[in-house]
Amino acid sequence: MDTIMEVKDLNLWYGDHHALHDINVDIPKNQITALIGPSGCGKSTFLKTLNRMNDLVENVKITGNIIYNNENIYAPKVDVTWLRKRIGMVFQKPNPFPMSIYDNIAYGPRTHGITSKVKLDTIVEKSLKDAAIWDEVKDRLNTSALGMSGGQQQRLCIARALAVEPDILLMDESTSALDPISTGKIEELAVELKKKYTVVMVTHNMQQAVRISDYCAFFLLGDLVEFSKTEEMFSMPKDRRTEDYITGRFG
Amino acid sequence: MKNKTKWQELTEKGINAVFMLCGIVAVGFVLCITVHLVIAGLPAIMKIGLPTFLFGTTWQPTATTTEPSFGILPFILTSIYGTAGAVLIGVPIGLLTAIFLAKAAPPKFAKVIHTAVELLAGIPSVVYGLVGMIILVPGIQRAFDLPSGATLLAAIIVLTIMILPSIINVSETALRAVPREYEEASMALGATEMETFFRVSLPAAKSGIAAAVVLGVGRAIGEAMAIIMVSGNVANLPGLLTSVRFMTTAIASEMAYAAAGSLQQQALFSIGLVLFLFIMMINVFLNVFVKGRRTA
Repeated sequence: MDTIMEVKDLNLWYGDHHALHDINVDIPKNQITALIGPSGCGKSTFLKTLNRMNDLVENVKITGNIIYNNENIYAPKVDVTWLRKRIGMVFQKPNPFPMSIYDNIAYGPRTHGITSKVKLDTIVEKSLKDAAIWDEVKDRLNTSALGMSGGQQQRLCIARALAVEPDILLMDESTSALDPISTGKIEELAVELKKKYTVVMVTHNMQQAVRISDYCAFFLLGDLVEFSKTEEMFSMPKDRRTEDYITGRFG
Repeated sequence: MKNKTKWQELTEKGINAVFMLCGIVAVGFVLCITVHLVIAGLPAIMKIGLPTFLFGTTWQPTATTTEPSFGILPFILTSIYGTAGAVLIGVPIGLLTAIFLAKAAPPKFAKVIHTAVELLAGIPSVVYGLVGMIILVPGIQRAFDLPSGATLLAAIIVLTIMILPSIINVSETALRAVPREYEEASMALGATEMETFFRVSLPAAKSGIAAAVVLGVGRAIGEAMAIIMVSGNVANLPGLLTSVRFMTTAIASEMAYAAAGSLQQQALFSIGLVLFLFIMMINVFLNVFVKGRRTA
């Protein structure tokens, strides 16, 4: 397996609270990696260290390295906007901008300097197609994104993230606010997306992890307890705590 | 089960009536003012003729050698120019301050600015006028080498400062109400904080900001005391560096010596009516925006 990101000795504190302890993991390229664990275990925090969204939190302190593209993303000279362009993110609740569907998708490319209408049109169409929502919205690109259903909004957010051509797509419990049908669509989409992108997703739903992920990382109380292929983890977990969690003894 | 006593029922009804009465008082005052203003304002307009009154350019209500004339176009234009000027300068400053306060300022520094803005809002307008008289008027006189510094420019500057607090407060509230999720989404796409504020937060808060602007307009157009002291109070057609008279200041300055029952006094009432209509229009505007925000 190819590695796209190497996390080395990553520690994170929120003020005095030591939220992540010595995390070491290689994120495999063009695979879906699921981060699982009970609430408050640090999986979402870990996800947000990958595109430095934790920088926005006050009093956060991070040590260790995350190597991406042969560089530590926490090196002082790194351009965070470039990093976040390469590592897109889809949030827990769909959060389209209060703008038209078109402008939502075009927002990222415009931010990065694309002004040509022809280019933007192409990007918008391609991104919406990649997010499997083009057919549903192609006739109403200029209507407000807030008029869409929750599931559509979330796929729009995925399209918006794809529009800046990322390498990696981070999904932070991106289906937890959606109904089962929309969830199914997004799961299918994630499987489709791994051909071109690397997907790292936080999920509360272990069936979901089993259904679509290739690798799985189990977090507990700020530790990365186990990282292995999903099928291995769910058939023969190496660690007792993993076994207890996935068999439903706690969580 | 225990039933309500007669006494309980009576007090409830009584309290209800008191609330109702208080509500009616407010409505009653508005109605009373409107009716009286129309009754007092109409006769002069009838006598002078609406077009001559609104579009006449000379205001000489007490002329003796010639026919007195009652054209209030200079006042109307001065009020419009003065307000527009204040809004033109005040809105960008106020808006940027609001963005800074809502999104970028370190909490301690924001607190200092907040206190200053609140104080600014609490200063009586006559004090603004006084300070304007002492600092602005002589300053403008020297800077532009004028016979007098009491000009439209001085009034615009005073008005700008006076409308800042409402613009800052209302637009800051609107900006704070923008969901954090929008901003996170923008930054996760690689936008900088500034890009995010200007391209996501501001558009998302636009109806609230529009309300802030309209509120500022209302405050500026209705102000009299501060600008009477710095604008020279001469019924000229407005120019940036000429002494001017606003609708409000015309009423305030002439009412004291207009003979009771004279056409001059009646015409001043009519100016009041015109001003009232202006402010009504602004309020309708504001309501439309506020409603727009609720449905959005």
